Amino acid sequence: MPAATPLSLSLALLAGWVLVGVAGLVRPSSVRFAGRTLFTLGALLGFALALLAAASLARGPEALTLPLGLPDLPFHVRLDALSSAFLLILGGSSAGVSIFAAGYFRPGEGAAPGLLCLQYHLFLASMGFVLLANDAYAFMTGWESMAISSYFLVTTQHRLGEIRRAGFLYLLMAHVGALGILLCFGVLQGGSWQFTFDAMRGAHLHGAWASGAFLLALAGFGAKAGLVPLHVWLPEAHPAAPSPVSALMSGVMLKLAVYGVLRVAFDLLGSPLWWWGLVALAAGLFSAFYGALFAAVQTDMKRLLAYSSIENLGLIFSGVGLALLFQGSGMHALAALALLAALYHCLNHALMKSLLFLGTGAVLHATGERNLGRLGGLIRRMPWVAWLSLVGALAIAGLPPLNGFVSEWLLLQSFLFTDTLPHPFVNMLIPMGAALVALCAALAAYVMVKFFGVIFLGQMREPALARAHDCGGMERIGLSLLALGCVLLGLAPVQAVTALGPVTRELTGSALPAGPAAWLLAPVPGRSVSYGPLILFAASLAVVLLSVIAVRLLYHHRVRRGPAWDCGFGATGARLQDTAEGFGQPIRHIFQSFFHIERELPTPFDAAPRYRIVVDDRIWRALYRPLGRLVHRIADALAFLQQGRIASYLLYSFATLVVLLALALER
Amino acid sequence: MSPVHATHLPWDLQLLNACAALLLLLSFAMLSQRRIVTLVDLLAVQGALLTTATVLLAWRSAQPHLYVSACLTLALKVLFLPWLLHRLIRRLNVYWDSEPLINPAGTLLLGLLIVVFAFGLAQPVSELASTTTRSAIGIAVAVILLAFLMMITRRKAMSQVVGFLSMENGLFFGAMSATYGMPMVVELGVALDVLVAVLVLGVFFFQIREQFDSLDLHHLESLKEKP
Amino acid sequence: MNAAELAAQGLEVIVALAAAPLFLGWVNQCRAWLANRTAPSVWLPYRNIVKLFGKDAVLAQDASPLFRVAPYVVFSTMLVAAGIIPSMSTRLPLELAADAIALVGLFATARVFMSLAALDVGTAFGSLGARREMMVGFLAEPALLMVIFLAAHIASTTALPAISAHLTAQSFALYPSLAFAAVAFTLVLLAENARIPVDNPATHLELTMIHEAMLLEYSARHLALLEWAAALRLFNYACIGFALFVPWGMAGGAVGPIGLALAVPVLAAKLTVAGAGLALIETVSAKLRVMRAPEFLASAFLFAVLGLLVHLLLGAQA
Repeated sequence: MPAATPLSLSLALLAGWVLVGVAGLVRPSSVRFAGRTLFTLGALLGFALALLAAASLARGPEALTLPLGLPDLPFHVRLDALSSAFLLILGGSSAGVSIFAAGYFRPGEGAAPGLLCLQYHLFLASMGFVLLANDAYAFMTGWESMAISSYFLVTTQHRLGEIRRAGFLYLLMAHVGALGILLCFGVLQGGSWQFTFDAMRGAHLHGAWASGAFLLALAGFGAKAGLVPLHVWLPEAHPAAPSPVSALMSGVMLKLAVYGVLRVAFDLLGSPLWWWGLVALAAGLFSAFYGALFAAVQTDMKRLLAYSSIENLGLIFSGVGLALLFQGSGMHALAALALLAALYHCLNHALMKSLLFLGTGAVLHATGERNLGRLGGLIRRMPWVAWLSLVGALAIAGLPPLNGFVSEWLLLQSFLFTDTLPHPFVNMLIPMGAALVALCAALAAYVMVKFFGVIFLGQMREPALARAHDCGGMERIGLSLLALGCVLLGLAPVQAVTALGPVTRELTGSALPAGPAAWLLAPVPGRSVSYGPLILFAASLAVVLLSVIAVRLLYHHRVRRGPAWDCGFGATGARLQDTAEGFGQPIRHIFQSFFHIERELPTPFDAAPRYRIVVDDRIWRALYRPLGRLVHRIADALAFLQQGRIASYLLYSFATLVVLLALALER
Repeated sequence: MSPVHATHLPWDLQLLNACAALLLLLSFAMLSQRRIVTLVDLLAVQGALLTTATVLLAWRSAQPHLYVSACLTLALKVLFLPWLLHRLIRRLNVYWDSEPLINPAGTLLLGLLIVVFAFGLAQPVSELASTTTRSAIGIAVAVILLAFLMMITRRKAMSQVVGFLSMENGLFFGAMSATYGMPMVVELGVALDVLVAVLVLGVFFFQIREQFDSLDLHHLESLKEKP
Repeated sequence: MNAAELAAQGLEVIVALAAAPLFLGWVNQCRAWLANRTAPSVWLPYRNIVKLFGKDAVLAQDASPLFRVAPYVVFSTMLVAAGIIPSMSTRLPLELAADAIALVGLFATARVFMSLAALDVGTAFGSLGARREMMVGFLAEPALLMVIFLAAHIASTTALPAISAHLTAQSFALYPSLAFAAVAFTLVLLAENARIPVDNPATHLELTMIHEAMLLEYSARHLALLEWAAALRLFNYACIGFALFVPWGMAGGAVGPIGLALAVPVLAAKLTVAGAGLALIETVSAKLRVMRAPEFLASAFLFAVLGLLVHLLLGAQA
């Protein structure tokens, strides 16, 4: 009987999730049982996992060999600071999402809730297993289970053709990535043919092999994270899935790719080379910019959030790239700072993006609309969803004093040090990356104003929206938990940074002091710059209250209601306000070379004039479609092998048998 | 990174750095300027900056032939050539350039990339150079490449001439900062070349305008033989 | 943190609050002089604000609570920003809480809330203004950040009072990179404060408005707060410019009452010159088409990046 160590407790919690999932098969069509009870149970397990992970961050690594797996290849598991940090993300985010999902599933809506419960909890358990895996076999088992369970979740409404296509693309890209990861593990074992991570740590690869392993890992995990150009599945799969699943995929699954890169580059490969960081930084910055641009021109609310995820993952990879750059140049304290920025952003994004996806889920439920052109004015009918989504939107926009700003601040502070790198040309080029980060941050604010403004503000673009209802009790609790997380991470960054200290110490060998006081964040080594969000928030609140009181004391606070002024035009309606296409028009105009735009413009002679604009991904047209055509051509060329005649199939088997016998004879 | 103080540099070197930076600023201003009269004025200001830089270098390095070079620059690049170009503009009646090949924002972005490239190129070269102004070599290369970019993306022939002259300015500045000026003979030769080029181009312009009734170089494409 | 620094902090906030409308009035006065017109009194902005506070607020039927809260949020961010920007002293207790990057974040908060409020009522002009404001903002914010980055590289810190203190401590030196940054900063100031050539603050044509369009639905005390916040924003930007490029004259080191007392007239002199300069720029420029504004701001961004490049190339001496 193993002792109650954090590792065994985590494994027990993961097993608990599997049990909860299987329990859903007992009564698959019951919403009350499978929906409410089991999902709430899953949420409690997630919460427990988060607490456990937070407590075990400061403890040393702990390893175990499970009596599961193949006879000669048992599963090795390990819990160290890096795994704990990501388990915290998994547990915390899934707690909020599961509570929301408990209230989300309604009777008569497609797949049976019990089946969904099984797939959902298997998804969660496999993600946790990936984080605990200590050998390549366990890792790949968990990775594949994650991919397959999420595929079934994505194709929940499989009767629709476009959802099936999205699922297919998702599965394809997941396996392309898995191939890269598998090859990477193959290189990492370095000749010992032992696939445990401990063996890989001891392999000490050099030169081309190490770089090859890193690049394979970046490509493989990058496909899962949505790094451009391997991002094409994200904007299809995330909107196709039900909203709680999209929240989990965007919030947690993408972070597992970051975990993979960190594990390979810092832990398994030991001492990273500096130019790996350059590759990761370039890929990350380009992804961030690309994602932000495309998010600004979307007309579907979930696609917008998917592209925003691409942008945020790009920023995280920029932080990882900076950390590798500094670590490879021997500047450990700065590597710790950059790594901290990346990890903090992982934590932030898990909460912010889940919150927003759940908000869109509530909107979808209430209105049945995903198209931004048919929403609007929902703040009056759905105040809970609106105000909680506002917290999420402001957080992603990177506004102080919420949490998105803290990671952005940390990232920019790391960029300020890049001119001290010892590499001659590079130390002039990389500070320019800070300009791109600033541009992406500003674009994120643009995208969030569009998102929130078009959905919740203004007037209702469809009369049916007047019948929208606010979300239920469970959903409110789920949303509030995530929003509370965002606010806490924004106002108390010192505690979070101190908690993440063991992770940076483990990976880069240096931990940063969080700050001189509990309310001032000052982790930058050698400089006296600090950030105190509580003080800022308190000051702003004080000014607001003082001005309200002053105005009431000196004057009055009378309010009259009347029709909107609108410069006296009078003939107002919902059609006159800006559409989603209109809000994206400046971005389309300025950055038109990035998009492939198809326009259908009306002429003066049309009886029923139509205006249609479709913005497409250039990479899809330039890279993937020709690739698909090539695969088809090769398949067609090889089609001659499929004759349909029994004689030829027997001939194939006969020929193979002869060849094998001849080879055996030769031995 | 400890705080650094600019006061460690003597004042004339600070002024030289300022001239170099202003030269770069002017190249960018010329890239985005569409009014041809302003282009020529900017060229004149570039020449004035070069004169100042030459005088400063002459003072610092105590080489009297640089004073002569400065006078030549003043006479040619600040007074004579701009006057000639202004006359040409009035006679040809070409005051505005049409839309450039790439949109203005793209041109500026390309210009920025060129500057980064030029700076990166110049870093090892400036290690080898032995003068006190070697860090300005990167700026000189950048000015040359930016002027080249201007020549490529403009339509009217007059802007291309201005670009050509700006390129020569950059070359001059580069030679000065690297080797304290070229030998007098080379300098006189280059100056003569530029003068002849401008005169020939002036004649050329009249011919183009007579043939096509406009100075838009797109019309030259119609001279292609049709198969 | 002692009493003198707290006094300096409080004095800065009060001076900003009190002097911002006067600065606006002075700029209008200079514009009128340059256009050979008679200007309204320099105290007119104060009278406007007082008048507006006394009126009844008329809100649209559809306005949500966000609409009512936004003016207070915008006003408070601008006032807190005024507390962070060193205008008279380089030792501010509030600098511990926010550095220059947080300052840019505060400006972004104000911009986002104004845009959301403009989108709230759902009128054509409001949403048009919101879209244009975000377009101007998303290009101006990186340019401002790059200017600050350059100053942070020179002074090796991002805290604005520390940057000013560092630049003051040098004897007068020419920093060419700061010259680029100054050009970029002026362009950003013109764009963010809705000045010609980006936006005409005195226009009545709604189709050309960027900033004014977001205020169309507001009245009474909300409008007063927003007008005051706009004046505060101009004042803040001017003070940031002084802190980065003309930092002499502020009470630094051990702050004492004499230092503070001397800093006030120095600030007044700087503001007078800056106001006149701003009016001059506005008079000689023509307003750009709205779609040209991104090019304007792209050039600002480029100048800032160029300044950073020049600083990195020419070494620490520039």
